[in-house]
Amino acid sequence: MSHPIGTSADGPSGTAGPGVPAGDSGTATLTAPQPAGERGAGREVILELKDLNVSYGNIAAVKDLNLTVYEGEIVTLIGSNGAGKSTTLRTISGLLKPRSGDVVFKGRRINGIPGHDVVKLGICQSPEGRKIFQRMTVSENLDLGAFVRKDADGIARDRERVLELFPRLRERIDQKAGTMSGGEQQMLAVARALLGNPSLLLLDEPSMGLAPVLVDLIFETIETIRSQGTTVLLVEQNALAALEIADYAYVLESGHLNMQGPAAQMLADDSVAAAYLGG
Amino acid sequence: MTALAIGGTNRKAKIRLGPIVERVLGILILLFAVYWIVINAIDGPDQFVGSVLVGLQNGALYALVALGYTMVYGIIELINFAHGDLFMLASIVAANLMVNVLGVGDLTTATILPLIVALVVCMAFGAFVNVSAEFLAYRRLRTAPKLAPLMTAVGLSFVFRGIAQQDYINGSTQKNWPVNWGGPIIEGVYVYKLLLVLVVTIPLLLAMTYIVARTRRGKAMRAVAQDQDGARLMGINVNGTISFTFALGGALAGAAGVLYFLVQTQTYYDTGTQLGLIAFTAAVLGGIGNLTGAVVGGVAIGLVQALNEGGAHGLGSNWSQSLVFIILIVLMVFKPEGIFGRRTTEKV
Ligand SMILES: Nc1ncnc2c1ncn2[C@@H]1O[C@H](COP(=O)(O)OP(=O)(O)OP(=O)(O)O)[C@@H](O)[C@H]1O
Ligand SMILES: [Mg+2]
Repeated sequence: MSHPIGTSADGPSGTAGPGVPAGDSGTATLTAPQPAGERGAGREVILELKDLNVSYGNIAAVKDLNLTVYEGEIVTLIGSNGAGKSTTLRTISGLLKPRSGDVVFKGRRINGIPGHDVVKLGICQSPEGRKIFQRMTVSENLDLGAFVRKDADGIARDRERVLELFPRLRERIDQKAGTMSGGEQQMLAVARALLGNPSLLLLDEPSMGLAPVLVDLIFETIETIRSQGTTVLLVEQNALAALEIADYAYVLESGHLNMQGPAAQMLADDSVAAAYLGG
Repeated sequence: MTALAIGGTNRKAKIRLGPIVERVLGILILLFAVYWIVINAIDGPDQFVGSVLVGLQNGALYALVALGYTMVYGIIELINFAHGDLFMLASIVAANLMVNVLGVGDLTTATILPLIVALVVCMAFGAFVNVSAEFLAYRRLRTAPKLAPLMTAVGLSFVFRGIAQQDYINGSTQKNWPVNWGGPIIEGVYVYKLLLVLVVTIPLLLAMTYIVARTRRGKAMRAVAQDQDGARLMGINVNGTISFTFALGGALAGAAGVLYFLVQTQTYYDTGTQLGLIAFTAAVLGGIGNLTGAVVGGVAIGLVQALNEGGAHGLGSNWSQSLVFIILIVLMVFKPEGIFGRRTTEKV
């Protein structure tokens, strides 16, 4: 990939924004017609990954990743299989420790904080493979989503809210989660993550294995979730659908950040389409 | 995992005799068991009553120890072979504490206070040792092949036995303690012994069921048992929850140690291996990972053993172990997941 290196669309964020190191990381930023600095104008940075490196033993899965998410955005992280997307999300959630680099959430360095405490900060994840509790009912799974919360009223309100987002779950409320269809389980995983009342929601391939109708539904729901005030970092194989709802996109390839830019620009870019949209 | 699935909670029997033949055979075996119990009751009612009482007393102890196996297996799928030996160490601690430190001799109502002290100390001891073993050994092996923690547990079992065998601990022979029971005796069973066992065991079993089924901690235990990463993403402290489970199991083994010492008035380094194996069998019989199953399995084995040894048509104590394992094998063939296997009830 050799794209013209444009102005960093990240702009001055005040918190030592990642900027795009020209050349050395090989990252291409799409030439944005909008003025530099417009992204996230007037908004706080909620999440920042700085020179993040994550390895499994000797295998480097994420290399020198810089990524910024502003409050209220839907940011998508796309890339082919094994690119390091899930690894990135797992690292943000504290399930993996970075080899080097930092995860900064709301101005606070959170790498090194154990996974179960990261949730308390307001980062919830619907993980790859769903990881729902198969032998518990839908209702019990939702309860566990609110495990760290003490505000009974808020929990009841959020429970009602997710059951409105996913009416199917209300029908299945006393069914054992493991006996539900894959799509229903996926809805449960998203709903469960929402019950933690996150300020940042991490979604790892929420459209995985869903029928086309349900894929549309889940992407609509993600937009609804954002409009209700939750920032979303979305990992997707379905790059087209992800770019359609996202504000900003990062493209990973073999652990490297390959490209970044406003989602709309990416959609319009032919080379992106050729490489990632099955064009 | 496959090698470990001794309790094979989810597997179907391999030998399919055809559903009808299988069901008929199963019913015949059950009928025979009922018949055996009934003729024991008819031909020797006094012996029968005595056997049931002894069976309850032993079964309650098996249940206490079985719970420790089943909870640890339920949460990290480890067969904690050292569990029985932890129970044995607790019985030695109880004996020395009660007799040498607190000066217990003849058991009277005045023994209640030392008994409470011993229960508290031994439960704390069991919890501490079990949590330490998890922290120092099993935790580091959590991502290792299942055989590694298993062998570690076997090794720890030998360490515990070795400690007990030291002359200044308990020695390599059975040690009899000068503790005397009084009170009424029914068919050779000291009523107070049985009462003591039941009065301590039943509340503990109820408390354990309550903790697992109703409390926040229990909810966390069940979540960790099903999906550790999933649990972590809910904000559950996975390591803390596993430690807590080991603490509960260890505390029950500690309580069982106190009761065993008081009932048998002796301590022996090999007790843990013998009783531990029976308790483990009880856990598998009931459906490993299932709390109710462990209790039902423990009491069932206690009753079968006692009837076999004391009933009118028993085969005698030489056959007790064989009988228990024959029952286990037959049950595994027909219902490999155990009486309350994972299919029907929730594990841990
Ligand atoms: N537990 C692990 N041990 C060793 N290597 C791993 C492990 N998990 C992932 N990897 C490797 O790390 C790399 C990145 O994996 P990751 O799961 O982050 O990819 P991904 O972008 O989410 O892919 P997909 O779209 O297929 O889910 C891959 O090469 C993978 O083989
Ligand atoms: Mg992935």
